Amino acid sequence: MMLRVFAALMLLALPLRAEIAIQDVTSPSGIKAWLVEDHTNPFMSLEIRFRGGTSLDDPAKRGAVNLMTGLIEEGAGDLDAQGFANARDGLAASLEFRPYGDAIGVSMRALTENRDQVVDLLNLALTQPRFDQDAVDRVRGQVLTGLAADAKDPGTIAAHRFDADAFGSHPYATSGDGTVESVNALTRDDVVAAWKAALAQDRVYVAAVGDISPEELGALIDKVLAGLPATGAPLPARAEYALKGGVTVVDYPSPQSVIQFGHQGIRRDDPDFFAAYLLNEILGGGRFGSRLMTEVREKRGLTYGVGTALVPLDHAELYLGSLSTENSKVGQVIDLLRSEWARLAKDGVTEAELADAKTYLTGSYPLRFDSNAAIANILVGMQMEDLPIDYASTRNAKIEAVTLADMARVAARILHPDDLHFVVVGQPEGLN
Amino acid sequence: MRALLTGLFMALLSLPLRAEDVTAFTLKNGLQVVVIEDHRAPVVTQMIWYRAGSADEKAGKSGIAHFLEHLMFKGTDKLASGEFSETVERQGGDDNAFTSWDYTAYFQRVAADRLDQMMMMEANRMTGLQLLEEEVLTERQVILEERSQRIDSDPGAVLQEQVRAALFQNHRYGIPIIGWRHEMEGLSQADALDWYKLHYAPNNATLVIAGDVTPDQVKALAEQYYGPLEPNPAIPARVRVKEPPQMAERRLTLSDSRISEQSLTRQYLVPARKSGDQKQAAALLYLAELLGGNPTTSILARDMQFGAQPKAIWTSAWYGGTEMDYGTFGVALYPAPGVELAVVEARLDALLADIAEKGVDPEAFERIKTQLRAGEIFARDNSDGLARMYGEALTIGLTLEDIKVWPQVLQEVTPADVQAAALLLDRKQSVTAMALPEENAE
Repeated sequence: MMLRVFAALMLLALPLRAEIAIQDVTSPSGIKAWLVEDHTNPFMSLEIRFRGGTSLDDPAKRGAVNLMTGLIEEGAGDLDAQGFANARDGLAASLEFRPYGDAIGVSMRALTENRDQVVDLLNLALTQPRFDQDAVDRVRGQVLTGLAADAKDPGTIAAHRFDADAFGSHPYATSGDGTVESVNALTRDDVVAAWKAALAQDRVYVAAVGDISPEELGALIDKVLAGLPATGAPLPARAEYALKGGVTVVDYPSPQSVIQFGHQGIRRDDPDFFAAYLLNEILGGGRFGSRLMTEVREKRGLTYGVGTALVPLDHAELYLGSLSTENSKVGQVIDLLRSEWARLAKDGVTEAELADAKTYLTGSYPLRFDSNAAIANILVGMQMEDLPIDYASTRNAKIEAVTLADMARVAARILHPDDLHFVVVGQPEGLN
Repeated sequence: MRALLTGLFMALLSLPLRAEDVTAFTLKNGLQVVVIEDHRAPVVTQMIWYRAGSADEKAGKSGIAHFLEHLMFKGTDKLASGEFSETVERQGGDDNAFTSWDYTAYFQRVAADRLDQMMMMEANRMTGLQLLEEEVLTERQVILEERSQRIDSDPGAVLQEQVRAALFQNHRYGIPIIGWRHEMEGLSQADALDWYKLHYAPNNATLVIAGDVTPDQVKALAEQYYGPLEPNPAIPARVRVKEPPQMAERRLTLSDSRISEQSLTRQYLVPARKSGDQKQAAALLYLAELLGGNPTTSILARDMQFGAQPKAIWTSAWYGGTEMDYGTFGVALYPAPGVELAVVEARLDALLADIAEKGVDPEAFERIKTQLRAGEIFARDNSDGLARMYGEALTIGLTLEDIKVWPQVLQEVTPADVQAAALLLDRKQSVTAMALPEENAE
């Protein structure tokens, strides 16, 4: 076969790693990938995503994709679980398989000197997993232990209750790990079906960073993915959000309550997304100086930390936050959160707040690109969000372009204090 | 660094160890400075490490080291309360801090051309902190909420706190870093300032700068900002008490309705890395990796998680040796449904006895050795991680030489050393903790 590798686009993404650019690579068989070449250290990081993830589960087989993902590294081809682990470790390689709600993530880290062998091993795992019955039972036991712990973890209880009440019969309503009943009922055939549904070439995204050329990467991608089916299962439908404003209490014996709160959010491709992103940064983003951290922690000492985030999923959008506080302070905290929500929706932000948030977000963006694995993760995420390859170099300009008027308009559009729903796990006091 | 690696097809074993570009010097006022160069991105991390941790606290004042860490983000003679973090954020940077038994550390990560301002502010709060009574009281509420969230709400964390309290019979490693609640409730502004004045000075700190900087640049800036600070001649020597001979193993049980499955953890008192003598620590690290460092191939996993009737759902082992005075070696076992804790515990003891008697599998040993060697290459991809590694090691009393030779010490460990290390796991020097769901409470 002719080598059809193009380094068509050579863009200076950012003043990130000097002299390094994101290259658009197409493998000989036609699979696209983004690459940052960096020969400083003799290894590479590869990130692969298969869109779909645990949301592809047949509702009656909830947890199948999760269990399958946990089994990929538990034996493939001639290697049983221990043989596979020994082969990987003997090469000092890292191969990880992670299930998410909307994707399955595969990460590979390999030294240059034995990269070809690592690639063969990864291909073996993806295309010839054994799913031995003893491995199925062993990993099932681990999943069940996790489910039992989740059932008693207040943070997880809160998140699950919120999702259940928000999303009705959509897969988002339940944990991708499944339930004790559904996981106990899964068979090897269910695992094989989940594998065929979830790992297919029609939904794959690839990014690589490190000691590899575009030509080498093209060949590598084809070797990694060779033998996977062309198509997988159809993606789920849109999830309709059903929660109304209010408070749900889940009784839990603890001196502190865990609170998850939120309402609907905004799509990642909405023209107002950047204004919404800035708005969240000011209200409850990760910084110490956010309005909620200032009001709830700094001024009143009511919590160790409070944060909010826009959560644009593939089939729904949420705006979520969480915090913990003493049971006796729950009423006060909820009133405070509602009033901060209302204040921002009504009055918008100040010019100084907007300027500070812009400086922070534009200044901190390059700091994310700080290791091979981190960059590969960012690049594969951009592709899944359908962003252009020059996104990294235009993103800050989009943030700078947001005006105070945009902020006021978008605050009124996306913040709905009356729609806020609070799930409180604990024994709260002071609730109306 | 790059020059050393131009030949990309060198065999793994010929790669130089500890190849990062590191320079160190000490200012006249005693501030130790370490510069780790990484010019791949125009980013820099500043970390300042104080040789003051919770194990240096006075009896009755547990939590003061961590409380002061929080208060360091309040005002100084030049900065308003909160201005430090606001300034970092306004530069697009991130900042935070953390406290351990042996140190308190503060860091900022910013674009490389903002290092100047970061150094100015960090130097300023080394001696210029000013605390308002009201702010101190509000922040005390915050650390109490932190304790509630991280410890009291989590029976697993409560039990681990109890394990350390039982493992250390005399040393302050047994006191929680965040503090006992009843002592935290009494911490005052005066306590915070006493602690600050006693420990925060250039001659009690190590500055680590990692990223797109040169040693000359850092030296000039450090002289400018940290240079004028007066050393504190009254910095107390870190005289730590020793554990008495431990004569009896300790066994703890916690039953709690929030615990979902029974589990057993055991921690042993073992040696830590010592300056000039890291061989035992290196052997303990291998032992932990071989015993329970891999969920599939470790000794515990192979024996208990595989086969027709697996005894355990999950097993693991770890070694913590980067401490000033004592290390800990830990094991965790989650039995399969219907299997008694006593059964997995007996298996653990039999497997340890087996290692002590017959040694370890040479092939498994070689795989760990290869992974540790490759780990040195992967570590170079993360200058933040290197900054943390240098700061921590230097603050607990290891030297630059100790850090430099550590990879070599790890490569020189033999299977016989690992076999000998198994004898260090003495049940008389251990705490075994059983976590039980309430319905199974005995």
